[in-house]
Amino acid sequence: MTLRARIVVRRPAFRLDLDLTVGRGEVVTLLGPNGAGKTTALRALAGLIPLTEGSIELDGVRIEREPAERRPVGVVFQDYLLFPHLSALDNVAFGPRCQGRSKAEARSLARELLDRMGLAEFSSVRPRRLSGGQAQRVALARALAVEPRLLLLDEPLAALDAHTRLEIRSELRRRLTGFDGATVLVTHDPLDAMVLADRLVVVENGAVVQEGTPAEIARRPRTDYVARLVGLNLFRGEGDGDRVRVGDLVFAAEERVSGPAFVAFAPGAVALYRTRPDGSPRNLWEGRIDGIERHGDHIRVHVDGPVPVAADVTPAAVAELDLTPGRRIWVSVKATETHAYPA
Amino acid sequence: MRSRVPWLLVVPAVLGMAFLVLPLAGLLVRAPWSTLPQRLSEPQVLEALRLSLVTASVATAVCLVLGVPLAWLLARTDFPGRRLLRALVTVPLVLPPVVGGVALLLVLGRRGLVGQWLESVSGFSLPFTTAGVVVAEAFVAMPFLVIAVEGALRAADVRYEEAAATLGASRFTVFRRVTLPLVAPGVLAGAVLCWARALGEFGATITFAGNFPGRTQTMPLAVYLALETEPEAAIVLSLVLLAVSVFILVALRDRWVGAAA
Repeated sequence: MTLRARIVVRRPAFRLDLDLTVGRGEVVTLLGPNGAGKTTALRALAGLIPLTEGSIELDGVRIEREPAERRPVGVVFQDYLLFPHLSALDNVAFGPRCQGRSKAEARSLARELLDRMGLAEFSSVRPRRLSGGQAQRVALARALAVEPRLLLLDEPLAALDAHTRLEIRSELRRRLTGFDGATVLVTHDPLDAMVLADRLVVVENGAVVQEGTPAEIARRPRTDYVARLVGLNLFRGEGDGDRVRVGDLVFAAEERVSGPAFVAFAPGAVALYRTRPDGSPRNLWEGRIDGIERHGDHIRVHVDGPVPVAADVTPAAVAELDLTPGRRIWVSVKATETHAYPA
Repeated sequence: MRSRVPWLLVVPAVLGMAFLVLPLAGLLVRAPWSTLPQRLSEPQVLEALRLSLVTASVATAVCLVLGVPLAWLLARTDFPGRRLLRALVTVPLVLPPVVGGVALLLVLGRRGLVGQWLESVSGFSLPFTTAGVVVAEAFVAMPFLVIAVEGALRAADVRYEEAAATLGASRFTVFRRVTLPLVAPGVLAGAVLCWARALGEFGATITFAGNFPGRTQTMPLAVYLALETEPEAAIVLSLVLLAVSVFILVALRDRWVGAAA
């Protein structure tokens, strides 16, 4: 393990307490809503705020008592924070200069890094003349120039517009793969998290609520927040063989599970009916339409009832079923697309 | 459409403007324009002008060397009594300069707390010397610089300093390579204000340094003296000071205040 940390930061009315281990070359993403404590964790790792408790061990060395300037850590800040009075080259050369290299040496190192980022022709340009994507690459080069063992990125894509974001995201993924230290990235955007992370750590209210590969998290969310992020309906119930009881409802699921369990299914697995359909009473209930919105090329219908669900239907179905807010409607979920797993 | 501007505000506003502008206009009207070049080249005028420019510049340099670190300390560190210190630093802003001069005499004068010791050690005494003028001007003008720089420091984004720290910069390196360049416009504006205040200094200077032509007689002192013996000379000297003030104001507005706003 390259990074092994227990981060506890206590503030009035807030407590952050999380364990974090990141391997060599691994990219771990802290994903969570605003105010969950992700950035606080990152600042604690960088040494910009002190730990209330805990420890940070990097390559076997405890660094939690070292000030920020002595930690082998590189940070890419939100908004990048490139020094506005220095050229791109001198921004990148800043770290090596502080580490005691000569001006010429620091600059040649910086030139090499900018070259590798495809920014050779921008080296004399001031940050305010760089595009968002270019600024991000300069910020990454600046952070890597100090040869960190731990790379921290705070919302590295948040400052970009949607159009450039797609391209920059995959490019960043490629560059992070090339870094052999530990990487911790913070984001509140699930797509960024899925694409950039080897492993996701979901943080809510200052604590880890779920951890795993992006695929695991997407398939088996464990909190409402995660379920919403990955676009699944999620309920907690009691498993009994191939059935899961959620309140008064009984769900038939693909997997067998007993004891406390989650039931998850995609909005696309939900069907809506004007009248009670024939057949099994499982995965079936009556509710009231709460809201209707466009969602890509289909319509998302929110139905309130014993449990609140989101259903995706075609625009044709909306017209055919005369779906309007307030109307009572029957909801059914395909058992083959309903997944159950232990809570 | 906007409603009419109320007379109750317009009348005092116009009176106020007249009150501020008329005296300056008077100065221009009564100026002895025909003899102006000749007046300006009189050795006494030149001497006072030279002394003023030199002492104000040296005082500004002193203020920069001492005041910028002081402003940094007030803006970026936290220690017990910081608020009290900040209040004390600004006292010379509101203190009548004459009182400042008396206070300086009591401390740095020949019999003063520090002055006594200074004279016994080095045989040098500040009062009634050109160095004394610099001390008096710096005392009065430094708060202007400290306040301006502290304000600029507080307005500056500390996250740049954090970024520099993560890149391995010590606190002094952060100050020198990041903080100072970022607040340079504020420092410059503060220095100009400080210089202008030092240039116009009268009360503390005449109290602490006296009024010796060529040694401690700066422009404002010369104006005051000339007014009794030679009013025309006083007007000429005043015009020079007015020109300098207007120049500073214009420069400040266009270059720094404008850029910051």
